[in-house]
Amino acid sequence: MMKTRDEEWAAWMRAGLAGDSVAYRRLLDALSPVLRQMVRNGLARAGASVGDADDVMQETLLAIHLKRHTWRADEPLGPWIAGIARYKLIDALRRRGKRAEVPIEPMIDVLAEAPQEQEVSIEEVTRLVDGLPGRQGEVVRAVAISQRSIREAASGMSLSEGAVRVLLHRRLKKLAAQYRMENA
Amino acid sequence: MKTDDLIHALSQDAAIREPAPDRTLAIALAVGGVAAAIVFALLLGPREDFPEALHEARFVFKFILTGTLTAVAAMLASSFVRPTAPADARGWLLLAPLALIVGALALEMFATPSGEWAELLVGTNWLVCLTYVPIIAAAPLAALVAAMRRGAPTQPALAGALAGLASGALAAMLYAAHCPDDSPFFVAVWYGLAIGIVTVAGAFAGHRLLRW
Repeated sequence: MMKTRDEEWAAWMRAGLAGDSVAYRRLLDALSPVLRQMVRNGLARAGASVGDADDVMQETLLAIHLKRHTWRADEPLGPWIAGIARYKLIDALRRRGKRAEVPIEPMIDVLAEAPQEQEVSIEEVTRLVDGLPGRQGEVVRAVAISQRSIREAASGMSLSEGAVRVLLHRRLKKLAAQYRMENA
Repeated sequence: MKTDDLIHALSQDAAIREPAPDRTLAIALAVGGVAAAIVFALLLGPREDFPEALHEARFVFKFILTGTLTAVAAMLASSFVRPTAPADARGWLLLAPLALIVGALALEMFATPSGEWAELLVGTNWLVCLTYVPIIAAAPLAALVAAMRRGAPTQPALAGALAGLASGALAAMLYAAHCPDDSPFFVAVWYGLAIGIVTVAGAFAGHRLLRW
């Protein structure tokens, strides 16, 4: 029997929450084009420019990550993701001074559709990372920009893996706050 | 940052660390409840005829009503702390405390002559009620809002209001042990108003503090 997309994604999410970074990455890779589409639709419907759709999409990915403990492992993933995406879209629209009326149904529909192949716009927002001082900056540069694993980053910086994990986690939280500040 | 780089960084942080939000809320309610009980004991304490009063239906009803409201508000709060709300929120549960108070008011109307209603409603202690219920509710409200910050409420003001409703009802339950006014008329008006004040405070707190 074929698994539905939601079941497949939920399985990746469960594995990710248990520490399987490969499965988690698979989920995020699958999610990002869908979220991008969702954000574009939402921005366009509200009459806002879709130029910064990627910023909103990344902020949504980050929110999904930081709030992943609020998903119940026995519930479908789609409505949970749609709830977060809608909240982040409304937030982004509000900051742009737009009236924020975003119905949830179209977002769940986008999640249920087959994923559309989107050209990934490679807009560099490296200043977010470049300005980072100290160890957190090093960790994000090592893990995010150079795409190294936690283990490699840890041995390269003579830190324990646990310490790198904690630094990375803190940095991701700060990044979420920074997104909000920059777009305020 | 490229999306691909962001995803890579996130995937390295995959394993979950934080407990589920309803657990965090339950702990906050317990801790806040203990703090509220201590504040109540220090400032007011139970009324002198407390043991005898436990045999009176009107007195016991105050605990049933406020206890039910606390439980229902806490259950709703644990729905609204997750982004899937309101789809899985059981708002109809609020009918339970509503039915209790409406039923009690009807019984009181049968049991007492209409000439006494105004006196029963005004009671003797309403200012103390309006003052102390919010004071007792402060600690649980702070604990619940702090716990909700770890969740993902997509309607911050409503989530805060539910935290206020739960805290206000909890505080009213404690205050009921001190309060000499037992008529449902008094309870409906003054307890309702006091809990309403805490609910509005919670909505403001949620609006300001529960964005993410």
